Amino acid sequence: MILLALVAVPVAGGLLGWALGRRSTLVPRWISLVAMVLDLGLSIVLWAEHPAASIGGGPWIAKLTLPWIPQWGIQFELAADGLSLLMIVLTALLGVASVIVSWSTVRERVAFYNLNLCLVIGGIVGVFVALDLFLFYLFWELMLIPMYFIIAIWGHEKRQAASIKFLLFTQAGGLLMLLAILALFFIHGATSGEYTFDYFKLLGTPLAPGVATAVMLGFFVAFAIKLPAVPVHTWLPDAHTQAPTAGSVILAGLLLKTGAYGLIRFVVPLFPNAALQFAPIAMILGVAGVIYGAALAFAQDDLKRLVAYTSISHLGFVLIGVFAWNTLALQGAIVTMVAHGLSTGALFILAGSIQDRLHTRDMRAMGGFWESAPRFGGIMLFFALASLGLPGLADFVGEFLVLLGTYAVAPVIAIIAAVGVVLSAVYALWMIYRTFQGRQAPGRALPDLKAREMAVLAVLAALLLWIGLFPQRVLDTAAPSINQLQAGRTALVVPHGVHRDEL
Amino acid sequence: MSSEQILALLPILVTSAASVVVMLLVALKRSHGLVFGVTVGSLLVALAAIGSSVSVMPQAVSSLLIMDRFALLYIGLILAATLAVALLSYAYLESRAERREEYYILLLLAAAGSEVLAAAGSYVSFFLGLEILSISLYGLVAYRRQTPLGIEAGVKYLILAGASSGFILFGMALIYAEQGSLQFAALAAAKGSSFDVVSLVGFALIVVGVGFKLAVVPFHLWTPDVYQGAPAPVTAFVATVSKGAMFALLLRYFIQLDLYQYGAVVLVFGIIAALSILAGNILGLLQNNVKRMLAYSSIAHVGYLLVALLASGPLAVSSVTFYLIAYFITNLGAFGVVGYLSSGEREAEEIDDYRGLAWRRPWVAGALTASLLSLAGIPLTAGFIGKFFIIAAGAGSRLWALLIILVVGSVVSFFYYFRLVLAIFREPDAGAQVPYPSASLAGGIALSVLTLLLVWLGVYPAPLVNLLGGMTSGLL
Repeated sequence: MILLALVAVPVAGGLLGWALGRRSTLVPRWISLVAMVLDLGLSIVLWAEHPAASIGGGPWIAKLTLPWIPQWGIQFELAADGLSLLMIVLTALLGVASVIVSWSTVRERVAFYNLNLCLVIGGIVGVFVALDLFLFYLFWELMLIPMYFIIAIWGHEKRQAASIKFLLFTQAGGLLMLLAILALFFIHGATSGEYTFDYFKLLGTPLAPGVATAVMLGFFVAFAIKLPAVPVHTWLPDAHTQAPTAGSVILAGLLLKTGAYGLIRFVVPLFPNAALQFAPIAMILGVAGVIYGAALAFAQDDLKRLVAYTSISHLGFVLIGVFAWNTLALQGAIVTMVAHGLSTGALFILAGSIQDRLHTRDMRAMGGFWESAPRFGGIMLFFALASLGLPGLADFVGEFLVLLGTYAVAPVIAIIAAVGVVLSAVYALWMIYRTFQGRQAPGRALPDLKAREMAVLAVLAALLLWIGLFPQRVLDTAAPSINQLQAGRTALVVPHGVHRDEL
Repeated sequence: MSSEQILALLPILVTSAASVVVMLLVALKRSHGLVFGVTVGSLLVALAAIGSSVSVMPQAVSSLLIMDRFALLYIGLILAATLAVALLSYAYLESRAERREEYYILLLLAAAGSEVLAAAGSYVSFFLGLEILSISLYGLVAYRRQTPLGIEAGVKYLILAGASSGFILFGMALIYAEQGSLQFAALAAAKGSSFDVVSLVGFALIVVGVGFKLAVVPFHLWTPDVYQGAPAPVTAFVATVSKGAMFALLLRYFIQLDLYQYGAVVLVFGIIAALSILAGNILGLLQNNVKRMLAYSSIAHVGYLLVALLASGPLAVSSVTFYLIAYFITNLGAFGVVGYLSSGEREAEEIDDYRGLAWRRPWVAGALTASLLSLAGIPLTAGFIGKFFIIAAGAGSRLWALLIILVVGSVVSFFYYFRLVLAIFREPDAGAQVPYPSASLAGGIALSVLTLLLVWLGVYPAPLVNLLGGMTSGLL
């Protein structure tokens, strides 16, 4: 039931705040904050109850199954393992952060805004725990609509074009995935006689090689759009740039993770053979994203756009890590997912704060802010360093593990991806140089951070440092899920070069 | 005629009698409220009569009408939709000075014609039902006869529907000349493995006529003009009841004659479906007029329905019916809002009329947004389950090419549905705000019920799926 509560609490909080908050702007803010904090508390309780050590056998720590549409083999089935748990904690944490950063910046239609914020968080938690494929698709679509509203109503100057682009891309992917889900449903039904959308029953459905590749691609394209992988990333810079601050935080911190989560949860376990054959292409797409994202980030004048492109670069590492498909690389991918959520979320909060203060995102109009806002500069530098992969911070752990794991399987990919790490140093430091150092732009002083912003950022910074120094806790939580994937991998035909997995 | 047959026919009899009663009432005393009350009351009685008909089904009433589960379900749907249209019409007509009472006579007649179509088991009843429906619609479509658009719509509908009736009649004559029977069942028994030329021509002519009524590409050209010119509640009726009744007939005809075995027929309907989906959605992109936009969207939705029809198998009938129910609810809601916001002087049909609706009339905006999300097939709405059902039926029959077209069409459609959603949630124009008429009770009730149904079917469709599951067995 705790899984249901994790989904229901934000949704209920949003609806309650909306119903009560038609007059006052403060009521919906407080109610949604309480709901998010409660959700975070619940997820931490669940985490505390299930540290990795206590999990024997299977990786699943909580499960809930209710009948829903039995005629079609659809159940309301929620389940969580370590991977889901990490993502849920991240979601709830960034949910709290989003409510707080919107506190004084969103002044219009506050009740409706907070409703959308809560619904998108609830939808994302749903994606991370739904294990009936129909239910998963439902949450997958459902989280988009409030996100669309957040961008379209409270976004910046080009919000309409950006929001519709976001919607069209993700819907196209979603519908392809629906076709793939149904193909799997019917193939499984035809071979086993049981028509069901249950993830656990669909695992291990025997598929002819060509069919498996086609169905897998349906899933892969949907997740690649969300991730985003390189040829289908073009919605991302617009959506991230035009969204309000909290919208960017949720987009970068959480929505992109649903793509990575989908790859790990569905693409690889459901279609192990096809995924293995597809792995080289996927890794090439990943490394292309790493380099392309980093190069384009460097070329941006728009601060939020810069951060948006860094997301493409970081998520490229996740794509490589998932398809390198050994313990180290998978650990790296999962840590990168968490670390990117924290560090990029923080960078978007900072970029949003700059925009709220200066009413521009154009870095050509910035410079020398360190003098007027030293705390702001220091914190921005910290997160920029995290983003470039400074050892001791979480991003480093993730990317290092991905490179290490990938080197064992595909050294060329790992070497090129390592270049991306160097490029990330270039764009991150360049960003700091153009905003906080150099000559001060005349007539433009940046008011320093306020206590509320400092508090949020301090928590994010502390977590980055904690994971950077003691990643074991996160790795332990994810371990059973990774072991499960590994077991699937070793069961396959062992191709050349796998003996180095033990590295 | 035995008493059981009369009992089985009760819904149709009540509807027909009601139109006569209303006509007599109008002759005695003109009172909008009274006529409206009698209409709503008799529709409710007809709905209740379905309950008694269920006890004696399946029942063949003469050789014309087959009152089985399938027919009764569609009759129920038609009656409920007509009831919603009546409720939505009251305030719309009240704000206009023209003669209001005859509207309800025509509405009841059109409903009766649709019911006959849903139960038709022979070409004779097919044509009778079609003509009763069409002739009532001529009057209804041109009901705004003071406006040039209303006249244009009426004349256009009259000429094209008349021509299509001619096509159908000629087709029937050819088939009768060749086969010697007008009964679907007899035709099914006599048919060979392929058509002879005369029957083939006859069949093709009937497809043209049916295609016109369903507004599928390439027989769709009247649709946007008629949808725009007709009063909004009538547009809702044309989009839902008239199409739904024709689809019921097509479904019965397809299954009874097992047209799936003819590759050419499947191919023709496949092409029509693909063209309707693509053309409907692409042309929908270009519209600034909400009624025209919804007209193109309805063309595309019939294309989706045809995909499910072609899916054959046990899923086809229940998926088509589920989608039709979702489509009815959704379109009644959407056109209902258009009618609800239309004042006496003008229809609220430009996108700008909806700008800032969410902040000015939040509940109405909620109903319209829910309808649009349902049209787009977003989860937690009936439209989502319906689209899912259709795609499942298609995937079950491996119609991958059509499904890909359906997906492409759906993605395109998001663009124009969300264009309107965006307008609803934009800041209202501070300068020139379009005045909305005051709220009406009957319309409000209809919109609330429709929206609740829309969400309920989206969240918990299991009972309806169960109900539809047994329908295939009822057919034949």
